[in-house]
Amino acid sequence: MSEPPEIAIVGAGIHPFGRHEGVSGLAMGVAAVRAALADAGVAWPEIQFAYGGSEDAGNADTMVADLGPTGLPFVNVKNGCATGGSSLVSAVRALESGAHDVGLVVGFDKHPRGAFQNDPADWSLPAWYGEDGLMVTTQFFGAKLQRYMHDHGIPERALAQVAEKAYRNGSITPHAWRRTPMSTEEILGARVLAHPLTQYMLCSPGEGAAALVVCRRDYLDRLPDARPVWLRSVAFRTRRPGSFEVFSPSLPLEIAPSPSVDAAREAFERAGAEPGDVDVAQVQDTESGAELIHLAECGLCDHGEQAELYATGATEIGGRLPVNTDGGCLANGEPVGASGLRQVYEIVAQLRGEAGERQVPGAPRLGFTHVYGAPGVSACAVLSR
Amino acid sequence: MSAASPLELGDGPPRLEAGRCGDCGGVTFPLRARCPACGGDLERVLLPPRGTLWTWTTQGFEPPAPPYLPDPGDEFAPFAVGYVEFDGLLRVEGRLTEPDPGRLRIGMPVEVVALERGDRVTFAFAPVDE
Repeated sequence: MSEPPEIAIVGAGIHPFGRHEGVSGLAMGVAAVRAALADAGVAWPEIQFAYGGSEDAGNADTMVADLGPTGLPFVNVKNGCATGGSSLVSAVRALESGAHDVGLVVGFDKHPRGAFQNDPADWSLPAWYGEDGLMVTTQFFGAKLQRYMHDHGIPERALAQVAEKAYRNGSITPHAWRRTPMSTEEILGARVLAHPLTQYMLCSPGEGAAALVVCRRDYLDRLPDARPVWLRSVAFRTRRPGSFEVFSPSLPLEIAPSPSVDAAREAFERAGAEPGDVDVAQVQDTESGAELIHLAECGLCDHGEQAELYATGATEIGGRLPVNTDGGCLANGEPVGASGLRQVYEIVAQLRGEAGERQVPGAPRLGFTHVYGAPGVSACAVLSR
Repeated sequence: MSAASPLELGDGPPRLEAGRCGDCGGVTFPLRARCPACGGDLERVLLPPRGTLWTWTTQGFEPPAPPYLPDPGDEFAPFAVGYVEFDGLLRVEGRLTEPDPGRLRIGMPVEVVALERGDRVTFAFAPVDE
């Protein structure tokens, strides 16, 4: 990381994740924006542009009704699980281009209870795929994981250890949804929803919002009290032919690398950093197995090394590679539009040393975030103090 | 039947209808207008009646409906799904007739069968004796 970083996060705000009866997704988004602005010490009229969105909770740009219609260009982003990541990438590119000096990124969502409901036609799939009961995201998780465990010798206990860590970290994270620790025995003994995954190894669709204020380095002159975290890089990639993705009626014999592999590699290259430099990481843990697989796909460990990492506590808050220190998707649920920015919020808190009870010791310097979603998208970021 | 099935029911064993690309030679399922890898034209081909189980999982809760069409009259019964590898061709996702995780194993031989669901006929994979 020789070149001085150009893009900073100067404000981060979050609305608690979980279920909030009577509160709209947009209202949660506005709350997160206000928190981010206050954190940055930037007034709304100074924000020059915004990117934001949700999957199921409305148009981000209508927030100006509450924040003030200042005339700024506000782009709605709707890109599934990568909505937050796509918004952040777009905002960073807008700053890098020199078009703007300071902007806002916001993600929020509010989903009905239960598994996500999808129309095959929206995914270019035949109707029978949905009618036969194949259009369920949990099947992808279970099937990819089953093969991965077979190929790389991952024991079922490791899946329970991921979830146990998530709920324990969630219990010390004020904005998390699931804040009650659970034993590995309880997790392993729960109802199997998608073999080998039990109900406590899968996250639930939920509600919440997160927002960031981002700016160019020279803009910091106007913010003498800022505690900037540097966005060393962001990368956003989609699938290549033959990668194993959600809702794939068939796969070729040669499986291509996941878009997570491509996005992580690009993010590290752009940052001039190595996966081994990472002090604290957030990876998409839609279910326990995803955390294990994504760690390896992002280069943070070797394939097959995960069982040892979790057995020896390496991914704990005090471990060698702390992962999902806020409890991740498992403890926070997955409001799709907000999830990716929650990860960045957490890394900002960790790198600033403001993460409270869940603070990674030793003043972490380099952080990493990763989201993955259907139908094969991934966004990654590298951040530093 | 409310949706065209990819199942070919002829005189012999049931077969699945797939597409082979005239440009890159890749095989894809289901048959569609264009090759997903290169955009080339696809020619209709039938997959072999048997393959091996490449991976599998279970559906432990009733899928959201729609798009799911529940079995008429019955309470939901958990089922298994898997990807079946057709030697040298590709892997196809489908329901498995065996719902018990204890009787499913990566690498086991399976065959294409017709699965009746109410007035619909779709495809599934059934274990065959080794």
